[in-house]
Amino acid sequence: MTKLPSFCFVLSAGLVITFALPQSAALAADEAKLAAEPVSHDAQFESQSWSFNGPFGAFDRAQLQRGFQVYKDVCSNCHSMRLLSYRNLGESGGPEFSPQDVDILASQVQVTDGPNDKGEMFQRPARPSDRFRSPFPNDAAARAANRGALPPDLSVMAKARPGGPDYIYALLTGYRQPPSGFELSPGMQYNIVFPGHQVAMPPPLFDGVVNYTDGTRPTLNNYARDVSAFLMWAAEPKLEERHRFGATVMIYLIAFGVIMFLAKRSVWARLHGKASHTA
Amino acid sequence: MAHSSSYEPSSGIEKWIDARLPVPRLMYDQFLAFPTPRNLNYWWTFGGILSFMLVSQIATGVVLAMHYVATPTNAFDSVEHIMRDVNWGWLLRYTHAVGASMFFLAAYIHTFRGLYYGSYKAPREVLWILGVLILFLMIATAFMGYSLVWGQMSFWAVTVITNLFSSLDAVIPGLGTRLVQWIWGGFAVGGPTLTRLYSLHYLFPFVIAGVVVLHVWALHIPGNNNPTGIDVKSARDTVPFHPYYTIKDGFALVLFAVLFAGFVFYAPNLLGHPDNYIPANPLQTPQHIVPEWYFLPFYAILRAIPNKLFGVATLMGAIVVLFFVPWLDTSRVRSTSYRPIYKWFFWAFVVTCLVLGYLGSQPPEGIYLVLGRIFTAYYFLFFLLVMPVVGWIEKPKALPGSITESVLGPEKSSPASPQPAPRRRTPEPAL
Repeated sequence: MTKLPSFCFVLSAGLVITFALPQSAALAADEAKLAAEPVSHDAQFESQSWSFNGPFGAFDRAQLQRGFQVYKDVCSNCHSMRLLSYRNLGESGGPEFSPQDVDILASQVQVTDGPNDKGEMFQRPARPSDRFRSPFPNDAAARAANRGALPPDLSVMAKARPGGPDYIYALLTGYRQPPSGFELSPGMQYNIVFPGHQVAMPPPLFDGVVNYTDGTRPTLNNYARDVSAFLMWAAEPKLEERHRFGATVMIYLIAFGVIMFLAKRSVWARLHGKASHTA
Repeated sequence: MAHSSSYEPSSGIEKWIDARLPVPRLMYDQFLAFPTPRNLNYWWTFGGILSFMLVSQIATGVVLAMHYVATPTNAFDSVEHIMRDVNWGWLLRYTHAVGASMFFLAAYIHTFRGLYYGSYKAPREVLWILGVLILFLMIATAFMGYSLVWGQMSFWAVTVITNLFSSLDAVIPGLGTRLVQWIWGGFAVGGPTLTRLYSLHYLFPFVIAGVVVLHVWALHIPGNNNPTGIDVKSARDTVPFHPYYTIKDGFALVLFAVLFAGFVFYAPNLLGHPDNYIPANPLQTPQHIVPEWYFLPFYAILRAIPNKLFGVATLMGAIVVLFFVPWLDTSRVRSTSYRPIYKWFFWAFVVTCLVLGYLGSQPPEGIYLVLGRIFTAYYFLFFLLVMPVVGWIEKPKALPGSITESVLGPEKSSPASPQPAPRRRTPEPAL
């Protein structure tokens, strides 16, 4: 019994680490990554307060819908999202477009299908079950259209960079004039968070470039925030289900733990009673 | 096995089975009535937790294997298919991935517990050796499993680790290169490498399960060690495993499950590396190739040595030295609680392992490299110098007279307590 407090302490310390340290750990990882770059260390970025943060976090439907609009109108001109299907846009825990909206969004896109019974490929409007159409037929075509740079697929981008959506937001809002003395390679842009500060992607977002219809102000910061949230959903579409189910599991386990503790104490009390009798 | 059977078949069918294949007798004697020291603390619960983790990993892994496709073009996408389109796939995958970390966390605690309480000392040497063998198999299994994701970090980890064998070129020119190509099944890490890693990743857990059976068997011959390190002397020193330890292990397992679930549901990617969400690209090396956290101390040891062959040898040595611990430790008592000098060296060793873990995550340059070498030196000195020498010169504290006495205090009628530590050398005349 005397060891129980220390044991509980160890496990609760583990829990604290689980819940409290992810952000600092992520930042430490960023620092480690950035420190290794042969450039200055000033490329840090802030954590944003996202609706999906924390153990009870959930996505903001309207934000995801706006974010999809930003992706569709701007990002999708160069960046694929080959792991997503149009049907995902209507699934629960995501932007939750209505089935009619999903049909319309899909049918606005022409995809290649086939071969038909003549052995020919043909174009048809996309169906909800189709994957998002990629802007380029292959990587070589994508490079050819972008001065040799390959726009990465965005399906899991929010999990593929330290900092995730915070990094994406900081990148999209991080374009600046290069400081004096900084030698920018031809065709490159200066960005305060991109490793090495030179990024081939031109600043994609400007105030007013996407028409918001829900009254949200059409600013660069709002676009960047919305599309970062959208990419987080795209990378982690089961996040809400995970948080919800997690709460159930935690409540169950903690209640089970209390019962087990009481059962353990009562069983061992039996022994102590007997032992003190005989001792 | 170690104790006489107390099983009495009551019904006709039990008698019938008992006369033919006495599995119920085995289970009753070994897992219900098994006499277990009454003073085991919560550090002893990790054996049960590890059994649970092995079953959890096999159960989730078998289902994941139904959906995973082990080809370079499909591996990454099939993992994402599991995350997106398989019912509860995200839960299976995160439980399996986080489970590997939890498995190692429990295994390391279990190992340190064995080290602290001298659970490797006679008559438990074989038990310890089997445990080290399980750890070795776990390392191999986890490495192969990590490769299956076929992200950037998977791919380059496979490249780096398999390339370690090419250091044998320094022994026999050409041997290492041929060996590496044989492992790869080609001239680079590719499809044949992935499929064999997959095959072996599926095989090894069952090998581990087999060695675990031997491990438990080897435990049940001498019985459990305990926090005092002294032997069981009377029936009063023990309690039946059930219900006393089934309930205690069960409670600890639930607490461990809370930690496990905390990671799975609220920070499933915290212990992973973002680069592994980038599909493997043989033409682009990541900035830093770092292994999962549970390999970082070994990675620091590997990088502390400037020579490749010796680096690999040292890496292997860091595990192999554990096999010899039962004979490196010359102490006459088991438990570190009664070893006033060794205690300090032991905790310094724990700190060393943690620091090496941190250093393994840092680039091998400047102060990190210097510290890496210092702590690597201590890692080996602890086993090769501290264990034999301190055990020889140290005078242990007085041991309690019995396990029961350590729990309930000295007994009035017992003249034997407290007893001095047993002497290793020829007894000197009593003072």
